[in-house]
Amino acid sequence: MGARRRFVLLALIAPAALVGSLAIAQTPAYRPPHRPDGHPDLSGIWQAFVTANWDLQGHEAQPGLHPELDGAYGAGPAGQSIVEGGEIPYRPEALGKKKQNFATRAKVDVSDDKKWHALGDPELKCYMPGVPRATYMPYPFQIVQGSNNTILIAYEFTSATRIVRMNWTQEAPADAWMGWSRGRWEGDTLVVDVTGLREETWLDRAGDFHSDKLHVVERYTPMSPYHLQYEATLDDPTVYTRPWKISFPLYRRLEKNIQLLEFKCVPFTEEMLYGRFRKPGAP
Amino acid sequence: MKLAALIAVGMAVALAVSLTGQAPPPRPSAASATQPKPYASPKTPWGDPDLQGVWNDATSTPLQRPNGLKDVLTDEEAADFQSSLAHDLTRDRRDGGADADVNRAYNDHWMDARRLKITADKRTSLIVDPPDGRIPPLVPLSPERQAVRSSRAGANQRFNAGLPDDYTDMSLPVRCIIRTDSPPYLPTIYNNNFQIVQSPGVVAIAPEMIHSTRMVYTDGRPHLDRGISQWLGDSRGHWDGATLVVETTNFRSDDGVVFQGANPATFKITEQFTRVGPTSINYEFTIQDPATWTKPWTALIPWNKVDPEEQMFEYGCHEDNFDIVHFLKGARSRQKNAR
Repeated sequence: MGARRRFVLLALIAPAALVGSLAIAQTPAYRPPHRPDGHPDLSGIWQAFVTANWDLQGHEAQPGLHPELDGAYGAGPAGQSIVEGGEIPYRPEALGKKKQNFATRAKVDVSDDKKWHALGDPELKCYMPGVPRATYMPYPFQIVQGSNNTILIAYEFTSATRIVRMNWTQEAPADAWMGWSRGRWEGDTLVVDVTGLREETWLDRAGDFHSDKLHVVERYTPMSPYHLQYEATLDDPTVYTRPWKISFPLYRRLEKNIQLLEFKCVPFTEEMLYGRFRKPGAP
Repeated sequence: MKLAALIAVGMAVALAVSLTGQAPPPRPSAASATQPKPYASPKTPWGDPDLQGVWNDATSTPLQRPNGLKDVLTDEEAADFQSSLAHDLTRDRRDGGADADVNRAYNDHWMDARRLKITADKRTSLIVDPPDGRIPPLVPLSPERQAVRSSRAGANQRFNAGLPDDYTDMSLPVRCIIRTDSPPYLPTIYNNNFQIVQSPGVVAIAPEMIHSTRMVYTDGRPHLDRGISQWLGDSRGHWDGATLVVETTNFRSDDGVVFQGANPATFKITEQFTRVGPTSINYEFTIQDPATWTKPWTALIPWNKVDPEEQMFEYGCHEDNFDIVHFLKGARSRQKNAR
């Protein structure tokens, strides 16, 4: 898409989005109960029901990688964009990498340490998904809001865990798959500032990506006892022309005795990753 | 390869070394070990005992009591015991010749220095029951379970010889499936941290290695259906005074999931977490498996609070598990050269 056409599109969509977010900000229809410390309790099991893990932007239903084997099982659902304005504002030189990521999303080669992370969607290989992708994968996650300035978020996908340190000033000591999360309250909204993300994580199966300069600011706002509005702003000047935003609701899982189960996917990937190094003829 | 084997040994519960020898006659456990002075545990705003924070369970005190030692040492004996254990455990020694030096290249820089200290109560084993401080004898195993053990031993042998046939020859920790995140929590060479976060009805325990969080539900709900088994089992907790009592069931049947090849179908573990001071938790676990051991056994491991500025950091494993490929490529290359 040319710059001019993108501008026109943005000009059309941005005011509508602005009106939408102002409406949310100005009319807090819901006032959540507060804990003794004066903040809402976000604890519980939550899940997104968007299809952004296939593609953050609008997308049609798509066949799987091996339709001859997995038919409709492997196919992906259609979905509307969760990106404000519809499209991710890539720098022109970064778009090529996204396309290449997509083209090689299912190619895996771990035979060389130096190229270990060069190919393939990290989700395919069962790597920790990073932020914000973990939030909109089709798996639940559990927030445990401690009473000691710590909020733990446990994701079912590969049992990834994140610690949100409240009002913490120290910078990330090193990059990590799930990043370095520092939280604060703005009214009833939990705002989490995430830096220190490993550059290898992707944003979706469409190859959308970032660098290790990515800075994510997440906002979790209670909308009802059963919903949080989730919003994340992604800033990475090496990849995008400007900060951009995604938003969607998170739904509380209400089934009786619902609990986080295990999706320990390492064993599901070993044959794909390491099968080729087996002793010839070994059972 | 020796380095690899060393790492593998380290991944297996390094300090739970099997020290054989004649056990001393049983005597009552030290009161200081099993009956800590009453301490008024801080409470969460909703009234549960507050176990939150980052805790470290490193110690050099062995799981099983070494040959002939009494259960609790005097100050002087404890100092000798500690320095002798530290000497054996440190990897910065240079008294073993070239081969030993190569092995110790994975040196103390990488290790948790806290693992060189015995427990503050100066016990000689982490096991407090049976009173001899040792894992009870095995019951005779069925031929099927003997076969599983032999098969595992064969895989370990191939791995340690640098000749794994396949990734399945490697242990679950080497494959980054489970590591020290599976109960019982035992001290190891590094990454001995645990972060506990509580909200009403749940105690979340996040072991540093690997990054799994164990959700201990304390709201009285039943265990998962028998049909759902998990690598880390399924934990339920309740408060008994100041103590969090956790029972874990529904373990997967894969070899290596439960402690030392016990039988997952009959294995039962009960853990107790008790805050016994501003900077200490007593972590006690009892294992019963009538299909494996002649009687239940219990160990007590002190957890020490980590300075709040010293944060627990993410332990990635599978994401950069280069070594699993090195092991396999090395084996294929050795086999090719041997032909």
